[in-house]
Amino acid sequence: MTEPAFEHRQSAHCENGVTANLFRFHGLDINEPLVFGIGSGLFFAHMPFMKLNGIPVTGFRPFPGIIFQRAAKRLGIKMKVKTYRNPQKAMSELDANLEQGIPTGCVVGVFHLTYFPEPYRFHFNAHNLVAFERKGDTYYISDPVMETITTLSRRDFERVRFAKGTARPKGKMYWPVAIPEEVNLRRAIIKGIRKTCYDMTEIPLHFFGAKGIRYLAKRMLKWPQQLGDRKALQYLGQVVRMQEEIGTGGAGFRFMYAAFLQECARIFNDDRFAAFSLQMTEIGDDWRAFAYEASRLVKNRSSQGSDWASVSLALQGIATKEQQLFEALYKLAKEWDKKI
Amino acid sequence: MKEKEVPQDDGMLQGKTRDLYYVLDENGNYVNALSTGWEAKNIVMQQAWDIINEAVAEVRAKVLRNEASTLLYHMEKNQMDIKLLAQYSGVSRSRIREHVRPGGLEKASQAEKEAYASSFRISVEQLFKLDDPHTNND
Repeated sequence: MTEPAFEHRQSAHCENGVTANLFRFHGLDINEPLVFGIGSGLFFAHMPFMKLNGIPVTGFRPFPGIIFQRAAKRLGIKMKVKTYRNPQKAMSELDANLEQGIPTGCVVGVFHLTYFPEPYRFHFNAHNLVAFERKGDTYYISDPVMETITTLSRRDFERVRFAKGTARPKGKMYWPVAIPEEVNLRRAIIKGIRKTCYDMTEIPLHFFGAKGIRYLAKRMLKWPQQLGDRKALQYLGQVVRMQEEIGTGGAGFRFMYAAFLQECARIFNDDRFAAFSLQMTEIGDDWRAFAYEASRLVKNRSSQGSDWASVSLALQGIATKEQQLFEALYKLAKEWDKKI
Repeated sequence: MKEKEVPQDDGMLQGKTRDLYYVLDENGNYVNALSTGWEAKNIVMQQAWDIINEAVAEVRAKVLRNEASTLLYHMEKNQMDIKLLAQYSGVSRSRIREHVRPGGLEKASQAEKEAYASSFRISVEQLFKLDDPHTNND
């Protein structure tokens, strides 16, 4: 068997990274920001009616698996996706793939993921990685959030592929089966941008998009009275965790999106995208300033009304800027949509 | 964020990997940069673990007061509720409810004890013990 030349390229986020690495293995020259932009990965949602460990859900991206699905569809790539009831079968079919030199994406839970830093091991079941080779009981893993190639034993791999709890992965695995000879990158990009602009400005519910950011900013002002200092700061800490952790590339994916817009300027030869990229970077810096200020409150374990007014105001400013940016970007995307 | 502003505040990543950021280089081009961590993130991650560790310490005290069995302690330590442990161990929820009561774990069958131990990746012997608080993060 020849060595499968699988190029492990680290990414900020697992789903974009696996998608980009798999597509690139099959000859499509693509990177994480492009997958993220084409798959309409940027999002905002604050949903107090949904709670995780007693804390309202705040999200900076759509539900797991969607970025990947959209990117594949918009680029015209056919994927094979399988889930299993029987762990033995799930492992033997993976083995068969690896035998044929097919790098295979797998969904796993991170609680028992042995190579992960302990502080990141929660019962989270939507992590993605690529298995690309097996030697005996050892699987060679390209986990896009890790700097280097890692390994898993058969037992440990089976365990994480069949993690239990919310959204069980059920041994899910996927790989590209057909890549078109010519990909219409511009079309795919414009579709991706239009969807993101819609999500950020036009969803008629106040939980989502720029409206959602403003909604969170306003609700936050009531937390200290409603919940007491301790719980209010837990809520605030959760927003920062979702924004900065779990591989967002910083500022809740805003920098990654700015990198994507910069690529668009090159691909479309249109400097207006570069101007949007700059604005997006500034908004990303605003998000980071918010995260820093919020973390100081968490660290001090106490807060005053004026502290909450200040973090809330920071978010309201971001909401206004994002509303304006995505409205203007929407116009540009629609203009290009007519030309291509 | 600019390339030279990338924080290198060691902490939660434990040196096992680094975070990848998208940053602007001197010429205004987006490039990748690696970070060992950021203080703001370390603070909110520690907050998440403080919540978990406090819950474990509470259950530990409960077990010492003989208000629950050591099974409840190991569940809390593994961030598992009854539903999740039932899925991992294959033991029914009603049986688990009996076993978390004081003295309840002794009534479990050998197969159930083994199923619990394997869910927590510990030995059956350890299942009946609390961890030394000094060697653990609770």
